[in-house]
Amino acid sequence: MGKTLAEKILSLKSNTEAKAGDVVIADVDLAFVQDTTGPLTVRQFKESGFEALARPQQTIIFLDHAAPSPAQQLSNDHILLRRFAEETGCRIYEVGEGICHQLVAEQFANPGDVILGSDSHTVTAGALGAFATGMGSSDVAVALALGKTWFRVPESFLIELNGVFPRGVYAKDLILYLIGQIGADGANYKALEFGGGALAQMTMSQRLTVANMAVEAGAKVGLFPGDEIIQDFLIEHGRGDNYKPLYTDAEAHYEKVILVNLGQLEPMLSLPHAVDNVCPVTQVKGVRIQQAFIGTCTNGRLEDLAVAAEILKGKKRNPSTRLLIAPASRQVLIRAIEKGYIQSLIEAGAVILPPGCAACPGFHQGVLGDGEVCLSTANRNFRGRMGNPEAMIYLASPATAAASAIRGEITDPREFM
Amino acid sequence: MSDLVLKGKAIKLWDNISTDDIIPGRFAHLRSNLPELAKHVLEDAVPGFASKVKSGGFLVGGKNFGLGSSREHAPVVIKMSGVGAILAKSAARIFFRNAINQGLPVLLCDTDKIGDGDELEINLTGGMIANLTSGITLNCSKMPPIMSAILNEGGLIPYIQKHKDFKL
Repeated sequence: MGKTLAEKILSLKSNTEAKAGDVVIADVDLAFVQDTTGPLTVRQFKESGFEALARPQQTIIFLDHAAPSPAQQLSNDHILLRRFAEETGCRIYEVGEGICHQLVAEQFANPGDVILGSDSHTVTAGALGAFATGMGSSDVAVALALGKTWFRVPESFLIELNGVFPRGVYAKDLILYLIGQIGADGANYKALEFGGGALAQMTMSQRLTVANMAVEAGAKVGLFPGDEIIQDFLIEHGRGDNYKPLYTDAEAHYEKVILVNLGQLEPMLSLPHAVDNVCPVTQVKGVRIQQAFIGTCTNGRLEDLAVAAEILKGKKRNPSTRLLIAPASRQVLIRAIEKGYIQSLIEAGAVILPPGCAACPGFHQGVLGDGEVCLSTANRNFRGRMGNPEAMIYLASPATAAASAIRGEITDPREFM
Repeated sequence: MSDLVLKGKAIKLWDNISTDDIIPGRFAHLRSNLPELAKHVLEDAVPGFASKVKSGGFLVGGKNFGLGSSREHAPVVIKMSGVGAILAKSAARIFFRNAINQGLPVLLCDTDKIGDGDELEINLTGGMIANLTSGITLNCSKMPPIMSAILNEGGLIPYIQKHKDFKL
């Protein structure tokens, strides 16, 4: 019997013939924390009696969630994390460098790596073929010291993508559609593995958006097989030698196969307060929004800002709608300035936030008021997510967010194309 | 060795209790002050929860308990509130692992057979729940042996302090 990509990576990293359902101990190539989970990780690490990291250069602290810090307690958490970096020699990415998942994709993740992050959207690096998954502070603390962790090898769903995106439809619409189909717990403990003819035209930026939200269907990982697009991305980011062609075996067993024809998709969104509460944009057109937020580890990349800038260029945001833009990394911001996107967005009335998580986790840079509605390009719309349980969050693509910011209400982006 | 048995009352919740329901991001500044953070456990979902639960009991959810963020503070504050175990039809992967790592039992069973306020007796060793109010006995699904071992040691940190490594 052949192996799925998940079985293949965990076999290599555990030195076993790993099959779905097995429990294995696998080497961890990269482990990281961010500033809201890192302090507990540091305390657990010390409480365990650990002093040294297994791989200091493959251990990273990202200061991205409270960036810059809005509260003295969070500033003190940053001090704790900086001190830990000094003591242990691990890497640290300061406020303003960007979101952990974007920086991991740009600078670290490789096909076949096992990556652990104390953040649920660690799955993002599955776009590069890394077995990347989120865990809590205790698991990451132990992995920092031992350089390994235990996994139950997941069963896999094959998501076979064919066709091409129609005008106005993007990777975000695809993954929202899929989550609507699978349900928020439909892939719990499973691996999503993407395949099909559509991958040949799917950019890394699009794949990162798709892999990022695998966890919103409950999945442990969202994996893309090796190909030229991954190889070119690694070459472009100075680590072409790290490319490994890893694919699923032809006769691998999938628990489920889901077929999607991209050509039949339309702009989608998630309604409050559940990510799998999905419907086409056309069904909720006209809902007034007080804030549009474009950014996050889901949709804060250069391609996303390009789409938004193209729609907003020469236009103005609606006077009753705030437009917040947060590039996913410093690199994204620099490129977006060079290409003129930032100019177009600012002229349209946008507020440019520093590279980081910004308004998404709900404690700064765009906390919603009572009864307010936000159209966000993020990955979660749970009640209370953006800092106020009395607010409503809709999730959609950057194109839908940009079009909706102009009208001040949920708008089909195809009306601006 | 005698079986480990917990007794208490069911506090019935519903499907898809998220980590933002359990401890929302707006309290991120309290994450290094756990006693203060714990005062806000589940407060948006069940107003006054922290004071209501003081006598102990079991949180009984539906499907996909704990979906969302990897914040381990979620099971930490549930445990600090006095809750002895979480019962659910299914639990989100990261939350499940985090709760066990904190020594907080999560038992997966048909929670439709449990009502709010029911008296429960949970046999952790045997994975059985006796609903003393209705007289029904529920079987729980087994977790991987490594998770049981971690839970038996009171969580991942005590487990690692004792064993120094993972033992399969």
